[in-house]
Amino acid sequence: MDRYLRIENVGMTFQTAAGPFVAIERVDLAVRKGEFVSLIGHSGCGKSTLLNLIAGLLRPSTGVLLLAEREIAGPGPDRGVVFQNHSLLPWLTCYGNVYLAVERVFGAKEPRKTLQERTRAALALVGLAHAEQRYPHELSGGMKQRVGIARALAIEPRVLLLDEPFGALDALTRATLQDELMRIVAQTATTVVMVTHDVDEAVLLSDRVVMMTNGPAARVGGIIEVDLPRPRDRVALAGRRRYMELRATVMEFLYRRQLRPAA
Amino acid sequence: MSAPLARVRPAPTSAPHPAARELAARADAAGARPAAAGHRGARAPDWVLAALGTCAGLAAFVGLWALVARQGGGLPGPAAVWDAAAVLFADPFYSKGPNDQGIGWNVLASLRRVAIGFGLAAALGIPLGFLIGRFRFLSHMAAPIIALLKPVSPLAWLPIGLLVFKAANPAAVWVIFVCSLWPMIVNTAAGVRQVPQDYLNVARVLALPEWKVFTAILLPAVLPHVITGVRLSIGVAWLVIVAAEMLTGGVGIGFWVWDEWNNLKVEHILIAILTIGAVGLALEQVLVLLARRFRYA
Repeated sequence: MDRYLRIENVGMTFQTAAGPFVAIERVDLAVRKGEFVSLIGHSGCGKSTLLNLIAGLLRPSTGVLLLAEREIAGPGPDRGVVFQNHSLLPWLTCYGNVYLAVERVFGAKEPRKTLQERTRAALALVGLAHAEQRYPHELSGGMKQRVGIARALAIEPRVLLLDEPFGALDALTRATLQDELMRIVAQTATTVVMVTHDVDEAVLLSDRVVMMTNGPAARVGGIIEVDLPRPRDRVALAGRRRYMELRATVMEFLYRRQLRPAA
Repeated sequence: MSAPLARVRPAPTSAPHPAARELAARADAAGARPAAAGHRGARAPDWVLAALGTCAGLAAFVGLWALVARQGGGLPGPAAVWDAAAVLFADPFYSKGPNDQGIGWNVLASLRRVAIGFGLAAALGIPLGFLIGRFRFLSHMAAPIIALLKPVSPLAWLPIGLLVFKAANPAAVWVIFVCSLWPMIVNTAAGVRQVPQDYLNVARVLALPEWKVFTAILLPAVLPHVITGVRLSIGVAWLVIVAAEMLTGGVGIGFWVWDEWNNLKVEHILIAILTIGAVGLALEQVLVLLARRFRYA
């Protein structure tokens, strides 16, 4: 299971009005089962494109993506996606939003009672058991994103895909949710690929940080192993030399070697 | 080296923040409260102001009407109309043959035509709107036809209705059908096109089957637009039915207006105008309430 998710020689070219646009080119990456990998880079570097390719929302122009030895040919519930803007359906309660996903994946082979238990368990996992009958507009941004995570995890995906999941949250809420995510991932042993542009977030959460070069034709510019022991505590880590070194390495890459000419 | 730094750093960055925020919030609240109280003390509550405004407006309207009526010219004043209305609404549901029925029957007959014509338009227009919104080719097919026919006064379709149905009543229903159809199609199609991509992405990543996409995502997302279409359609239908009935005759508030004109009972015409307005207002309010029920967020 060392190469659970394989991205092999993948390139993505978009046809635009101004001609073809090469978003990413010759990307190779293998993710182990249970590994937490972050994709980091400046905006426009194609990291979200790469995530959408794994989600199956886009088909690659070149190369191939494999998950558990099977080619990714389109979107499917073996991958749970958490979108940046939560994407909850406003006419369904928290429970309804999660249940929609649960019913889709387990509805054919499990009785309703089990589906309800799965939905409740997913909401309890993100600490929202008390809010299951609330509608999305009644929730804070952080709570909405928790529901998004519950929905993605409730279907027991092979890999959890997070697209800048905490980008729209304030710093304190973001820190709380990062800690929650670390706990949940440890508890469920989920394989995770996360897109972020936050250096601290990448180093704190990841087993490996994949740094992408600037687009167009973005590529993997470097990968660092985050060899910090788990469970990790943000306050204790903040003073550790190894944490600072890793952080400095990513910063060096982003702000020295890949500084955007006009940000 | 790093330990003292670490101990110093978290303190100023994380600890004072919540406290400072709370202080700021308290200062805000303290600053805002007297101001709000001052407003409340100086001015009457909004609903009193609104009620006063409504009463003043109605009084000015009735006063102006009385003034105009006094100038002569056969326009009855408010008092005369009030008396006539008292007689008319004392027995709104009498029936003395097909040409002499109470105002209640006339209003119900008109509402019935609107309901049938609108119902048929909704039954055809909503599914058609979904298809046109979902499939680009159908949209290209329908766009020129809708653009051409939408600006046509629905009454122009009346002769076609008379020709095809050979009777006045179905022809009037046909006119209502035609005028209700366009807003239903156009608003439903616009709603389908405006379903946020985020919602459709949810459907895609879960690989929901097509019927589930329709019932769980498209239908609820488009419903507010459909209700807007219903509201516009009913509004137009209620405008058009009066004119259509003037032409087709039979029982109905529009024909009643024309009949009372022939009888030179001008009070009854004014009563009819106010009744038509009141029914239209009631229809609108019911649909506004319905729309509120289906507004998420």
